[in-house]
Amino acid sequence: MLNYILRRILYAIPILVGVNLITFFLFFVVNTPDDMARMQLGMKHVTPEAIDNWKQERGYDRPLFWNDAAAGAGQATETLLYSESTKLFRFDFGVADDGRDIGGDIRERMGPSLAIAVPTFILGLMANITFALLMVFFRATYLELSGVVLTVVLMSISGLFYIIGGQFVVGKLMHLVPISGYESGLDAFRFVLLPVAIGVISGIGSGVRWYRTIFLEEMGKDYVRTARAKGLPEGRVLFHHVLRNAMIPILTGAVVVLPLLFMGSLITESFFGIPGLGSYTIEAINAQDFAIVRAMVFLGAVLYIIGLLLTDLSYTLVDPRVRLS
Amino acid sequence: MYGLFPLLASANWNSPYSEEGVESQVLYSSFSGRPKHLDPARSYSSNEYTFIGQIYEPPLQYHYLKRPYQLEPLGAVEMPKVTYLDQQGDPLPKDASIEQIVYSLYEITLREGVQYQPHPAFSPVDEVLLDRMEQLSDFPQPGSRTLTADDYIYQIKRLAHPAIHSPIFGLMTEYIVGLQGLRDQLKEARKESPEQWLDLRKFPLEGVERVDEQTYRIKIKGKYPQFLYWLAMPFFAPMPWEVEQFYERPQLKQKNITLDWYPVGTGPFMLTVNNPNRKMVLERNPNYHADFYPNEGEATDQAQGLLEDAGQPIPFLDRIEFSLEKETIPYWNKFLQGYYDASGISSDSFDQAVQLSGSGEAQLTPEMEQQGMRLQTSVSTSIYYMGFNMADPVVGGTSERARKLRQAISIVVDYEEYISIFANGRGIPAQGPLPAGIFGHQAGEAGINPTVYRWQQGKPVRRSIDEAKALLVDAGYPNGRDAESGKPLTLYFDVTASGPDDKARMDWYRKQFEKIDLQLVIRNTDYNRFQDKMLNGSAQIFLWGWNADYPDPENFLFLLYGPNAKMEKNGENAANYSNPEFDRLFEQMKNMENSPERQQVIHQIMAILQDDAPWLWGFHPKNFGLYHRWYRNTKPNLMANNTLKYARLDPVERNKMRKEWNDPVLWPLWGGGLLMMALVVPAWLGIRRKERQSLRVEVK
Repeated sequence: MLNYILRRILYAIPILVGVNLITFFLFFVVNTPDDMARMQLGMKHVTPEAIDNWKQERGYDRPLFWNDAAAGAGQATETLLYSESTKLFRFDFGVADDGRDIGGDIRERMGPSLAIAVPTFILGLMANITFALLMVFFRATYLELSGVVLTVVLMSISGLFYIIGGQFVVGKLMHLVPISGYESGLDAFRFVLLPVAIGVISGIGSGVRWYRTIFLEEMGKDYVRTARAKGLPEGRVLFHHVLRNAMIPILTGAVVVLPLLFMGSLITESFFGIPGLGSYTIEAINAQDFAIVRAMVFLGAVLYIIGLLLTDLSYTLVDPRVRLS
Repeated sequence: MYGLFPLLASANWNSPYSEEGVESQVLYSSFSGRPKHLDPARSYSSNEYTFIGQIYEPPLQYHYLKRPYQLEPLGAVEMPKVTYLDQQGDPLPKDASIEQIVYSLYEITLREGVQYQPHPAFSPVDEVLLDRMEQLSDFPQPGSRTLTADDYIYQIKRLAHPAIHSPIFGLMTEYIVGLQGLRDQLKEARKESPEQWLDLRKFPLEGVERVDEQTYRIKIKGKYPQFLYWLAMPFFAPMPWEVEQFYERPQLKQKNITLDWYPVGTGPFMLTVNNPNRKMVLERNPNYHADFYPNEGEATDQAQGLLEDAGQPIPFLDRIEFSLEKETIPYWNKFLQGYYDASGISSDSFDQAVQLSGSGEAQLTPEMEQQGMRLQTSVSTSIYYMGFNMADPVVGGTSERARKLRQAISIVVDYEEYISIFANGRGIPAQGPLPAGIFGHQAGEAGINPTVYRWQQGKPVRRSIDEAKALLVDAGYPNGRDAESGKPLTLYFDVTASGPDDKARMDWYRKQFEKIDLQLVIRNTDYNRFQDKMLNGSAQIFLWGWNADYPDPENFLFLLYGPNAKMEKNGENAANYSNPEFDRLFEQMKNMENSPERQQVIHQIMAILQDDAPWLWGFHPKNFGLYHRWYRNTKPNLMANNTLKYARLDPVERNKMRKEWNDPVLWPLWGGGLLMMALVVPAWLGIRRKERQSLRVEVK
């Protein structure tokens, strides 16, 4: 297994180099450092000298890919691409254009994102699987039909509606929880209650239908018939045998997103005033802060690769037939 | 624990704040995006001034209540003494002509005994312990010291620092003697040791002189009366050298503890919590000098209760909490629940908050009045306009043909309708570049733009489409077609329209041009490409705006001054307008004191501009602010940045109303529980029945 993991890590390197190159190209070729300078220096009294000075201070006045003025290896290393990329592979994200340390900001904003994303993910998964199993249990009855209609209705509603509606009903009309805001520590509980509940409910429609499909597929298999023939109660067949055998498709969808949970959710965090990472990248794109965008894209790629690796590893845990070689 | 068990706590369940401070002078406000810079040499946005305006004290400030806006001393003990000098540096009489004045000398004397807020920069720093310091409050025993003239001088030198990127450096090099030379010296010094802190005390600046501990002088080129307004901005606030040195430590930079994020000043408040991702907190500065609420204001201020606190020591507030609130809907709802003390009005909530009376006056809806709210409106010192690129061969230039085309378009783009549709009526159609409240603006018939309006029945009435069409015929475009070639005239509108409402807005513009059979092609582009087009002069018609730095007509009219053309000089004249007569009058006007003579010159300038029509003058936005009944001493002051020191609250009243407005409503919970039971019980019975059936089958 160790060999497998090492091999996968080696495969990741060219992917990350590619991601870095594309991000670099998009930001520095499509969007020039002059553009960035103008955006950073504001609308008023921006002189050409101020733009040159801004670029010089950040080293953005260096050649992008090849430095003819340098000698030897310096032609490649004394360039913006090399200097920016090597730092990234050391996980040194540097500072944003407003002078803040990006690593520090990511660490600080990761917590609130996780405070929302982890409970939403766990509770959502549990709710989806439970409801899907119950629908399968009551298949071909009015309960299943009602469930299908309900899930279709739930998945047809925009996520934004759940948020605004939830804030209106629970926060504004019933006065049960704060409409938005965040506090650290135990005080966070009453602030995350509503966004987590909304996150779970808004995901039920599509989640339940997806798991129901998986379980129905499993229900048609021989081992289920055998279990029933042996006289096992239907509940045991479903919650014990079917659930265990459906773990591979469930894990495929679930484990891969685990590392990405900390990247947060843009809309939820914006509406609930959660100081997470959800809007960090979008804000940076709007502000043309290349340093942040590059760091977040790189980090996202790393996490996605980790997620895929974890998914593969998790298969061996739930299915003894799977061997990693 | 209170967070987990709100039932046991006395606070409202939905309160976003802790119990602490519920009945004290704590103002609750918000910010929608994190401020980019809090360094006074660099900061230049209103959302940043909200914070640093309360912390840093420049030499001057705007009187809170008096209108028109009036400067008064703040860090200074009196208004600066201005002396005009000739080439040899000899003083000239006050009435010396502009040609004689080579330099102006501003002598500023400071208040005595002013202390900085407590800060670790003023105490010895234990370098060994630095690594353990995670935030400023971890430093033991913060110190302070007395403000001196050297601190103001140090800050002026910082404007030239190449790493600070002060936005007014370019502008100030035109005025402050030796500022460019200082920049060159600093650049050289940084080349030698880029990472090392530069002690600016060692670098002389010719245009700034220390007279004594409390007095300094600034020497500027020529005569520039508007310089006084700059002295009321944070760019000229004091900066102690120790503070800059303190923040230069790499251990602090790594923890985002920098001067750009942790301001240090002598103002009424100090920033004690700085989490731009969540919350910023200003607390009363214990070292704040004696300061008092104004004793006089406008005639109506007494009746409005704005002079009830006259002569009282300020600030009244102990603490101001700013929470990050990115979306307007939750902000508005929390304001209605009493958790924010004041609010603007977004278009989403406009109809809920405001209704127009029969006379067109904005007034509160009964619902808002019932909650005891107060509405305050003010015309902002800004302008949003549609500009013509005067270098464009079709719409630009000084030819009669192009001028009449511009005039015709000026008539048909109906900004009254625009304001009504897209701004909920929150704007005043502009008659020229100067908004109300700026010297030179004329209300009534004398101030209307005769190219676009007639004065009828005591109000301006937009000229008819027929008149616009007649102008178009004169311009050689009958029915929107070129009289010579017969081809339809197509105009190009360069915009950065990416918002959700922009499509409707662009359609509206297109329809306005169609009124006189002109075809308008929308060239939508991103911000960067738009900037490029403006710089190289390839845009034809564009939208632009300006927010005044200071309340002087020069700050608007320089936007049309020929030598400021964007295309050639990268200046602020986005339309590249150039009219020698306008330029001459502008140069004359900018050095004049406010007087009937100056008004007369401005009147001439307006006549030229209104006839040339380089802009469609667009509109001046109107600000609407809502305040809860417990929030006192609020008066819109669009120039002052330090107004929070005048604010006062009635926290007992606030607490009472919050409780009344936020009583938990529990019956839907019980109802929901019953509904759940109604769903779960049949399911559970179903499961039981099914299980029993399979057992029966097994037994058989």
